[in-house]
Order: sequence, then C-alpha cells, then structure tokens
Amino acid sequence: MLRVLLEKEFLQFLRNPFLPRMALIFPVMVMLVFPWVTTMDVRHIGVAVVDNDRTETSRRLISKIGASDYYTLQEVTDDFAGALDALESGAADVVLEIPDGFEEGLSSDNPKKASISANGVNATKGSLGTQYLQQTLMATLAELQAERGAAPAPETIVVQNRYNPTLEYRNYMIPALMIMLLITLGGFLPALNLVNEKETGTIEQINVTPVSRLSFTLAKLILYWIIGFVVLTLALLLAWTVYGLVPVGAAGAIYLASMLFVLVMSGFGVIVANYSSTILQAIFVMFFFVMIFILMSGLLTPIASMPSWAQCITYFLPPRYFIEIMRAVYLKGATLRDLWYDYAALALFAAVFNTAAALTYRKQV
Amino acid sequence: MESEPIIRVRELSKRFGDFTAVDRITFDVARGEIFGFLGANGAGKTTAMRMLCGLSYPTSGSGTVAGFDIAREGELIKRHIGYMSQRFSLYDDLTVMENIRLYGGIYGLSRREILRRTAALLERLDFRAERHTRVGRLPLGWKQKLSFSVATLHRPQVVFLDEPTGGVDPVTRRQFWELIYEAAAEGTTLFVTTHYMDEAEYCSRVSIMVDGQIRALGAPAELKRHYGARTMDEVFRMLAREAKRTE
Repeated sequence: MLRVLLEKEFLQFLRNPFLPRMALIFPVMVMLVFPWVTTMDVRHIGVAVVDNDRTETSRRLISKIGASDYYTLQEVTDDFAGALDALESGAADVVLEIPDGFEEGLSSDNPKKASISANGVNATKGSLGTQYLQQTLMATLAELQAERGAAPAPETIVVQNRYNPTLEYRNYMIPALMIMLLITLGGFLPALNLVNEKETGTIEQINVTPVSRLSFTLAKLILYWIIGFVVLTLALLLAWTVYGLVPVGAAGAIYLASMLFVLVMSGFGVIVANYSSTILQAIFVMFFFVMIFILMSGLLTPIASMPSWAQCITYFLPPRYFIEIMRAVYLKGATLRDLWYDYAALALFAAVFNTAAALTYRKQV
Repeated sequence: MESEPIIRVRELSKRFGDFTAVDRITFDVARGEIFGFLGANGAGKTTAMRMLCGLSYPTSGSGTVAGFDIAREGELIKRHIGYMSQRFSLYDDLTVMENIRLYGGIYGLSRREILRRTAALLERLDFRAERHTRVGRLPLGWKQKLSFSVATLHRPQVVFLDEPTGGVDPVTRRQFWELIYEAAAEGTTLFVTTHYMDEAEYCSRVSIMVDGQIRALGAPAELKRHYGARTMDEVFRMLAREAKRTE
C-alpha cells in the first residue's frame, strides 16, 4: 500500500508546475546570494578626520585610514563642527579629532589626547568603528616610533582564531544558511501539501478507504525526506564550488544530522497541517514557529548571550541541536562521538514529532 | 444471513454544540436496495452519511454497516464500502489510469487484478482513449462516472453516493443512473442522496429528512399514495415546506 502512495506523492510533486523548480531555485539562490549579504563584517565605516595637528603623524594616520578597506575617508577638515554635521547627516559614522600639538605631545610627559566621536544609532558600526580606529591609531604610532629607532613596545597579546582562521563571517553563515533552507523546505512543503489535500477534498476520499494513517503520513514524509537530501547535496556542492568551503568533519555526519532534522521538521509540518483547515492558517502557524526557530536557536546570535529564561527555551527547539552539529562538524571537524548528545536529541524529536503526526491525523472525527 | 439488513441505524444523532444536525434517525437498508436518502439542503443528509462511512463519530444512538459498528469499527467498515462525495475527489493531477491504480492499491488489489478491472472499467465507460489523460482535464460528467467506477473498483457491499449527479447534464445523469442500476443488478447496495426528484423515482425505497429527522420512509409508490401526490416532487415539497431550519 505504501508503494502506491509513494508513487502518487512523487507523481504529484513532479507534475506540479511550481514545486520542483522552487526546490532547486531556492537552495541555489540562498547559497549564491545570501552568504554575500548576511555579513556582520563591518567594512567601509565612514570616517571624518578633524586634523588640527597637520604633522607627519597625523598625515600618516590619515593615509592609513584612506588606504584601508575597513574605512571610507569621507573628509579631512580642521572644522570640528563641520565634521559633526557629517556625522549627523550620516555621511560619516565616526569622527576622529587630532588635537593641535598631538605629535609634539607624544614625546612629552603630558600627551594630548585624540578623540573619537561615534554615531550610536547604528550601534555595530559605531562601536566597531571606534575599536578599529583605536587599533589603527596605536599601530600607526608604533610604526612611527619604530621608524625613529625607538624600541617598539612589547606585544602583549597574540590573537589566533582557531577553526575559522580568517574569521570569515561567510564561513560561519554558510552552515547556518543550509539550516534555514532545511527549516523552510522541510517544514513548509509537507504542511502545505497536506492542507492542500484538505482544501481540494481529496483527503476525504482517502479517509473513507482503509488506508492506515501511518502509511499515508509516511508517504509524504519520505517524499520530503528525499527532497531534503537532494537540496542538502546541492547546497554542499555550491558551498564547495563557489566558496571553497568543505566540511572539516565527515560529510556522513552532516548527512545523518540533516536527515534526522528534515524528519523532525516534516513531522512538525504534518502536525501543524493536521490542526489547520486552510492553507492560510497553516502558513501563518508555520511562520510563527519558523521565526522562533530562526531567531532563538543560535542561528544568528549566540545562545550564550541570551537571557537565561530564553536559554531554557532553546532546549526545546530542535534546530538548536542541529546548528551545534552543523557548525562543529563543518568548521571544527567534530565527530559523531563528540556530538552524540545532539544527535540523540534530534532523534528523540524526530520520534516524538512523527508519532504525534501520525496520531493527530484523524480519519474519523 | 441474506435477510439481515446491510445498514441498520437506531436513534442515531449528531450534535455540534447545541445544534442537532441529525436527530434520532432510525432505518434499515436491505441488501441490493437502491436507497434514496432525500432532504433539503441543511437537513442533515451529509452528516448522517458521514457517520455511516466512519468519517464522523455519532453523538448518540447506534448503527451497523455491513455488520460492523459505526462508532467502534469505522476502519473495518471502510474495507467494505465505496464512497463518492458531492465534491469531486479523485486527484486532478494524476491520469485516469494512475487514479485507478492508486485506489486499487489502497484496497489491496494485486497489480494483475487492478489491470484486469481497469480494462473492464475503461471498456464499460468507453474511456480507453482517455486513459492517460489527467483527470483534471475531463469534463465534469466524465469525472463523475469515473469517480463512481473507482468507488466500486474493489466490489464493495455498499456504495454511498452524496449528490453524485449535481451539476451534470440530463444525458450524463441518465448514463450515470445506468451505472447505478448495473451495480445494483450485481448485488451492490446503493445509498444515494439527491436533489433531483426524478432520480428519487428510480430508487427502491426513499427516506425524506426534514430538520435532522426522517419524516417519511418507504417505496416511492407507497409514499405517493400515502400523501395523495402524483410525483415524488409533490411529496417532497409537502414535507420540505414544514422545515424550520434555513440553510
């Protein structure tokens, strides 16, 4: 019986004028476009420099700022009020003011202080801009000192970024984007498919046959499980060919986690569909949960920086475990043994959701 | 056991909140009958029929279909009945053959048996040329005939038809009833709801529901004599006028 139901689901999926194309375009689009735009690397910070010093030091500083990709040098002036106007109009994100006698003060006991004013509206740009400028300032001063023969100040900190050595934000986001892909496709497609059968009335004809609830549900789950497999493979290939990013850990570990996760999401989608009588209702409910999944399970922001009550909630969100696995395997090369806890959690969710999916499907009401 | 009624309903009720859709109905249907289940829109026909098919639980009362209890043995009933609803419900995006194969498979027919019955079915409906056409592209009358044939593919003991000829032209309606007669001649029991009173005349017995209750039950000739009417249409109008419920 399962065989004929599977045949039906596959034929219907492939014949749909829209769904097969969407299942291909969606991952391609997500993998080709989003890694470039969902970046938290702050670049091109607008800087206005108020140079009241006009010495070699200040000129060197300005040329450094102008040469760096991190900044866009908006203006160099000697008018602080004008620079603040640039800040207010949004042309500049930070204003660096180099006071008169800055160079001279460096070798005295009472150095003049450079000041940085940042626009706090875009908090990330403002605070990162301030930090970057401080670093540039220190580095430039050290460089100049070295050129003059003075012993450089000893380096006291060495930073090394393990696992993502270039701190490339894209490498951090690509596994996350794959997860979003599976959350959306794996959850929405089965829910919509099932509610569509309710709306067209075909499910009533099925309900009056002796078909078992499990076979009917399973046929749908298997279809979307296979689609999830295809979509993931496509995404992995794109990450490799376009960004040169290959998982450090075993591909098998990624597939196992993804296949468990698609099962979790499809089971969840079927439960939502069982309680929805219209597509509109199903979409709305799915959207509500998908938003929680995306914003609360550590996909975009670290769980550790959430308030503790929110951290408790994340234990009930299946993507949390999947995200841990994906990032650890992709970037650190973690193995199944390191992450058994997360795999077990996903397997548990898959079992609970799919049992509930078969049970909440009622043939007789 | 032949004399045992195939459908037996006692004091069957269905309430939704404080609305009583079906109000203590009692009747029997004998094997091989064409039983017309009449009533105005909103009289409770579809609700009653859904309880008999194991799609809906009764609020109170009892019933058996093909010897199985409608409240407890719904899934067993489903093995022995066919059902065709007023909403066309085969899969539009599958072909004629694929729909037949799907339902044949669901009822556990072997591949060979499905092929054999499909051939006979296509022959009878004169559908051979359309067997690879997607069902969504067929005209409504054809769809309804196909739908009926699929509902009887597994040779059920009872077939439930919920307004099977709604929106269909008179010629196709006629052909449809020929299919019903053929099925009845093979010993299948047919339980039909309809709004066409000429169709009511074709039934062996009819019941007329008004406001959730059965007001009249008997052979068309009997009912006409009892109400002093010339046609079933007149009988129906006399009873339906008493309805208090509006749709």
